[in-house]
Amino acid sequence: MGLRAAVITFPGSNCDRDMAVALEQVSGTAPLRVWHADATLPDRLDLIALPGGFSYGDYLRSGAMAATSPIMRAVVEAAGRGVPVLGVCNGFQVLTEAGLLPGALLRNAGQTFICRTVPLVVENSTSLFTAGYSAGQRIRIPVAHHDGNYFADDATLDRLEGEGRVAFRYVDTCNGSQRDIAGVLNEAGNVLGMMPHPERAVEDDHGGTDGRALFEAAIRQLA
Amino acid sequence: MSQITPDVVEAHGLNSEEYERVLHALGREPNLVELGIFSVMWSEHCSYKSSRLHLKTLPTEAPWVICGPGENAGVIDIGDGPDGTKLAAIFKMESHNHPSYIEPYQGAATGVGGILRDVFTMGARPVANMNALRFGRPDHPKMKHLVRGVVAGIGGYGNCVGVPTVGGETNFHPAYDGNILVNAMTVGVADQSRIFYSAATGLGNPIVYVGSKTGRDGIHGATMASADFGEDSEAKRPTVQVGDPFTEKLLIEACLELMATDAIVAIQDMGAAGLTSSSVEMASKGGAGIRLDMNMVPCREEGMTPYEMMLSESQERMLMVLKPGKEPMAEAIFRKWELDFAVIGEVTDTGHMVLEFDGEVVCDIPLAPLADDAPLYDRPSAELAKPAPLADAPDSADPGADLLELMGGADLASRKWIWEQYDNQVGADTIAGPGGDAALVRVHGTRKALALTTDCTPRYCFADPYEGGKQAVAEAYRNISATGATPLAITNCLNFANPQRPEIMAQLTGCIAGMGQACRVLDFPVVSGNVSLYNESKATGGGSAILPTPAIGGVGLLQDYTRRASIAFKQAGEAIYLFGAEPWATPNAARGHLGQSLWLRELHGREDGPPPHVDLTLEKYQGEFIRELIAAGLVSAVHDVADGGLAVALAEMALAGGMGAEVTQHPNYTAAAWWFGEDQGRYVVTVPDMEAFQQQIAKGTRDADTASSGLRRIGTTGGDSLLGVTLDALRQAHEGFFKDWMED
Repeated sequence: MGLRAAVITFPGSNCDRDMAVALEQVSGTAPLRVWHADATLPDRLDLIALPGGFSYGDYLRSGAMAATSPIMRAVVEAAGRGVPVLGVCNGFQVLTEAGLLPGALLRNAGQTFICRTVPLVVENSTSLFTAGYSAGQRIRIPVAHHDGNYFADDATLDRLEGEGRVAFRYVDTCNGSQRDIAGVLNEAGNVLGMMPHPERAVEDDHGGTDGRALFEAAIRQLA
Repeated sequence: MSQITPDVVEAHGLNSEEYERVLHALGREPNLVELGIFSVMWSEHCSYKSSRLHLKTLPTEAPWVICGPGENAGVIDIGDGPDGTKLAAIFKMESHNHPSYIEPYQGAATGVGGILRDVFTMGARPVANMNALRFGRPDHPKMKHLVRGVVAGIGGYGNCVGVPTVGGETNFHPAYDGNILVNAMTVGVADQSRIFYSAATGLGNPIVYVGSKTGRDGIHGATMASADFGEDSEAKRPTVQVGDPFTEKLLIEACLELMATDAIVAIQDMGAAGLTSSSVEMASKGGAGIRLDMNMVPCREEGMTPYEMMLSESQERMLMVLKPGKEPMAEAIFRKWELDFAVIGEVTDTGHMVLEFDGEVVCDIPLAPLADDAPLYDRPSAELAKPAPLADAPDSADPGADLLELMGGADLASRKWIWEQYDNQVGADTIAGPGGDAALVRVHGTRKALALTTDCTPRYCFADPYEGGKQAVAEAYRNISATGATPLAITNCLNFANPQRPEIMAQLTGCIAGMGQACRVLDFPVVSGNVSLYNESKATGGGSAILPTPAIGGVGLLQDYTRRASIAFKQAGEAIYLFGAEPWATPNAARGHLGQSLWLRELHGREDGPPPHVDLTLEKYQGEFIRELIAAGLVSAVHDVADGGLAVALAEMALAGGMGAEVTQHPNYTAAAWWFGEDQGRYVVTVPDMEAFQQQIAKGTRDADTASSGLRRIGTTGGDSLLGVTLDALRQAHEGFFKDWMED
């Protein structure tokens, strides 16, 4: 039985195909494509992916409008049941706006859009999504965002760190994120939001394959 | 309706002779709506009245050309796709110069939006954006603001629609102080069986408006783009359109979804001159008539008049002719994407464009005279003097120090600050982004890749328009060949100053003649393009013309992207060869090698001498030979020699590979001519396996024509310096320029 994954498309999503291609390349099974206006998710899902892009043009706050899409009620409910959810870039922004992850993604400290491949440190190597890495491992994954500056209050940040919920950290200051946080997990560990794009680092021709282990680990445990 | 007085006519940019033509075409006086329509259709921007005669001389055909100039974009055959499909690449480049000077963010953003629509309107999914930018001197008081705004605008639009911006070029020269150039190019991929054209046909077929609502923005943008700047360019801000990339993204998806059905007869985007040019062009191409009910046009504001609706340049709108009965299905798709959809008229057989508003006919123009009576000018052209040979060419006392200075100067400094603001990877098919010779984007689901480049050397075009026109095309050919891809076709954006001045007309005709010759010899036809004239500004002191800038957008195809080359040095100890027309011969005193070189300009403040000559036959042979070497895996790094000459080419290869080189100067050349001369038709390559390489070389040249081509070993990769300068110092200079300028 292959992986039964769903990739959600919001109006303005633009990495939905890339995410679907990466999931299919690693798992061998094409994920289901789900439109934001659907009120229900396909049943028996192993994984839900929220892709990058500019949902609703990011015209309010990044991810804020998408978080109120009909499908997000179903995603929140599924996450509560323990269905793994991966949000990348705009998907991460949607997850924070939907309350599935703490904190918020503010405009980059330098005010400009940043597209570059950056080194990350893997902080948590035990979660569903990060078990393919070792703690402290350095990986290189592309970022491409305007609003990736992770912000949360100190108490929340302390708690995230204390509970091992910081998944990835930038090695070099990138966008002004508090404590250089690049990706965080929810309390139960089944929801991961990250600004870097692992789906852009799965083939040799991408210039690096460090994102592949993320998908492989999840698929190994789920399929 | 207002009275049509001579003032009203002049305010519409028509001269008295042109107004006489209007009267002839109509057989009566126009009303204001009709005058507005004639005004935009006969503007330079829409009618090409000063350039059309000369554009016709450009070669536009090749066996792989599916559709040349005349449609929204050019179409070429790129062969088999997945699942038995046949694929086409569809592309075009367009200018948004005037709006970008007035409002850099929106001007550049809507330039990207417009060129994207030209491509997806033909059925292609856009897969890459490119650009060609010219700015004034960096210390001009407005320039930092303009660069920031233009770069942010290009990124803001392209990033949001999810089309990677994979490359481009940026130059600085005082000639652009009052008139910057923003040229944007989009490349898309389509199924050959689903290419859509703009000819409206089928009596009674519904005409459908989709996309955004029409507002009062951008009214008369096309007329503005056809006049030079006065002192009051700031006051023209309301004629600049505002872009909405989110709506564009929805429009792309909705159009492609509808295009997968059989509902569409014809489709055209509403670009410059909005609803006017789209409806007139569709009806004219179809040899049909058109009737529009202006009360049905979706409007953003209340109380808009037919005049405003017809001339608005609101963005993200398309006009389609559907097959009858397909409206409900099409409407459902556009509603799903939360876009406006309105049937606003029908195709007729009257040969007239008839507009109705509140039950009255507000415009009735015969379409054939609108086209037939359109002005066409054979403007007088001056005889330009050929540049004198370079006298007293200086030499370089310290090539390493000169190299360092060049690499840190505005024209050769790293453009990382620019391209890091562009998402150059979305789509996950970019396999060579900015910073190389040509960008490479995979054709999704195949082993093919498109090679894309934009090129022009305006200082060459200014010194000698004919040689400069040749060089722009040849450099595009070379940049594509240097990746291993076969050059297939070009688009262009011809940016010139006021064509009513004979010396400017001479630049235009000279560049077009040079380009045409290069395209013919290199089998590299023109399939689409755009002309932008009147690029000069009184604001900077009266009639200051830009340099002639015929920007070329080249497209090539790699059949197997695993067989490709990049500019980076790969391994220490590899032999470095220079391929060139005369690398072993004696220097050519008549040419001097340094005329119009960046070295001469940057180090000695001189912009003189003839530009380098382009030998097109050799250029073609060199390109073929380089591509064969790449396909055979005999070279590990390849880079063409361009601005800054051999030393700069080597420095770029070294920085990309993080590895220096030991190279030696040819004894017959001066240090300056050898390291910094800009002789054409040259490539630097590195060789991993000398034996295999030499066997290939020993086969000799193909024929007598190409016998003067050759190669010379010039050094070996390795170490951490070049010409005595450490890579760290080179990198610091190279990346420091924009950082220092922008953070200043």
